[in-house]
Amino acid sequence: MITIKNLHTTIAGKEILKGLNLEVKAGEIHAIMGPNGAGKSTLASVLAGREEYEVTQGSIDFDGKDLLDLEPENRAREGLFLAFQYPVEIPGVSNINFLRSAINEIREYRGEDSLSAKDFMARVREKSALVELDPKLASRSVNEGFSGGEKKRNEIFQMAMLEPKLAILDETDSGLDIDALRIVANGVNKLKNNHTASIVITHYQRLLDYIIPDFVHVLYDGRIVKTGGKELALELEEKGYDWIKEELAL
Amino acid sequence: MVIENKHAFIKRLSLTSVPLPANSITEANETLDSNEIPTTRVEAWKYTRVAKLGKIDFISERKEVNDTSSYIIDDSALTLFFVNGYLSTEISDNLPEGFTCKKLSSCSSDDLQQTKVTHKSELFNALNTAYLNDGIWINIKNNTVLDRPIQLIHITKGARQLTNFRTIITAESFSKSSFIQGFFSEDTDQSFTNSITEIFVEENAFLTIDKIQFEEEKANHISTEFVDQAKDSTFTLNTITLNGGLVRNNIQVEVNGQNCTTNLNGAYLLKGKQHVDNHTTVDHIAANCNSNELYKGVIDEKATAVFNGKVFVRKDAQKINAFQSNGNVLLTDDASVNSKPELEIYADDVKCSHGSTTGQLDEEAIFYLRARGLSEKSARKLMVSAFIGEVLGKIENESVVRYVERLLKERFEWDFN
Repeated sequence: MITIKNLHTTIAGKEILKGLNLEVKAGEIHAIMGPNGAGKSTLASVLAGREEYEVTQGSIDFDGKDLLDLEPENRAREGLFLAFQYPVEIPGVSNINFLRSAINEIREYRGEDSLSAKDFMARVREKSALVELDPKLASRSVNEGFSGGEKKRNEIFQMAMLEPKLAILDETDSGLDIDALRIVANGVNKLKNNHTASIVITHYQRLLDYIIPDFVHVLYDGRIVKTGGKELALELEEKGYDWIKEELAL
Repeated sequence: MVIENKHAFIKRLSLTSVPLPANSITEANETLDSNEIPTTRVEAWKYTRVAKLGKIDFISERKEVNDTSSYIIDDSALTLFFVNGYLSTEISDNLPEGFTCKKLSSCSSDDLQQTKVTHKSELFNALNTAYLNDGIWINIKNNTVLDRPIQLIHITKGARQLTNFRTIITAESFSKSSFIQGFFSEDTDQSFTNSITEIFVEENAFLTIDKIQFEEEKANHISTEFVDQAKDSTFTLNTITLNGGLVRNNIQVEVNGQNCTTNLNGAYLLKGKQHVDNHTTVDHIAANCNSNELYKGVIDEKATAVFNGKVFVRKDAQKINAFQSNGNVLLTDDASVNSKPELEIYADDVKCSHGSTTGQLDEEAIFYLRARGLSEKSARKLMVSAFIGEVLGKIENESVVRYVERLLKERFEWDFN
């Protein structure tokens, strides 16, 4: 689904990603862990198309398309979704009104008919129930006055509404209590199927008790330095990252 | 008495024949005689250049407009059309009960004794009085509740037309009414509309005015409202400015009685080289009143905006709640705004706040919306409409809101749904 080759990126002249390689196939869940400053959020930002980041080398193929050639909205329309680490509050913009416009612009891009108001509302009811998001929050201004947990649930709600091929969760678990974590993870698991994939960026192993990854990658100093199964996450939780540095003589 | 006119720009105009009070006319002529068009050295005109008006060789002609249908803001309203300051429709005999209106030129001088218009050093007020084309006097009788709005549509037509017009509205005690004022223009080049509205809101009366300004880019417009609120009254003025090359709004509200509410809301959306200046004054003379002021602007291309809002709370006006807020979004590096909220408080038991913000659209929010699949253009539109929507949301008349949305789409291609 997505193949990242030798990705180098800089922000304000500083190199953050230094030759990152990653391949994610349909049906897979990949977890990316790593210490602060390793480049985890940079990877998420570059995939979503944040303009502050400059890609100096490498390529990203997303289902046959050159992802780096696409505007952020076209990445979304091709089926990429980023759950923001810090969801933005947008006063005055109604959550569901903007989602409806977004869905219809996506459908137009794909040459599909727009969704009727009735079908849209039915989808809102179904998906807000999935993430246990109060339907009242769904119709309020985007994230305005939401608690931290509500913002993260709103991200997963939007993800459910947009039905992406590839979802990238950027530290969606940070700051969540165990109930919210369970709800968010449950939302992600229910959306999983053979045609979709997820990249879960996290600091903490505990999320991976709820979302079982097929692969765990360690991102360190701008590169993926180690890849393993879900047991690697437990090892990282227990031992930290220093042993990897030693093992790989970094 | 003939006073020699020292201003070249009005030499082709005729002195008014409206029977305004003699002392008012004398005062106006004296002001014209002893004052120049204000320069930017005058504090009240610091950011608004009107000197260019003095270089135009103005005329004032009666004209007709054939098709007025596109200017109708609310289909259900009782509508009067004015072209270049003259009533162009007949006043129907079938007026709602408790409602009377008369052209100022048909009024007796006794009718027009009561006036709030001040002339001292106010050249444009003096110009309005001395050269008044005509005007309309509207009275809403005691206890009258009008079930449909009164719509006053002004069209300035032709090049170099100077129109001095005056509206006098008296909302008698316990009445409730709403007005729409629309200012439009056709085929203008260097025209100048100088409009004064005097508003008397008597005891426990409710009066709302929705004012839409949509003259062409070569039109100049100054409008001045004098509002006098008696006790227990509620007055609301929503000023929506969507076009016009040079637009200046002067709003002066005197709150003379206790337990009044005053709402001043404004939205201005500018582009090209438009310049729009909103000057408001709310003068709390009596105690136990509320005033709320919300002005928001979106300034695109090379346009410039000015906001100057003054709130006075006099010594005996205790227990006043006065809120004032001005927000601006600049869409380009060339757009600019000068915002100056001012509070002068002489009472010691009041709750007042004011604030002003100016910035760009939140780029992080735009990225967020794009990351969900909205085009950049849609994302920006949505952000603009959310910003200005707070003001449009204050307008109760749905027809007015829809009309404004239509104009916004027409002029800016902005969808507000």
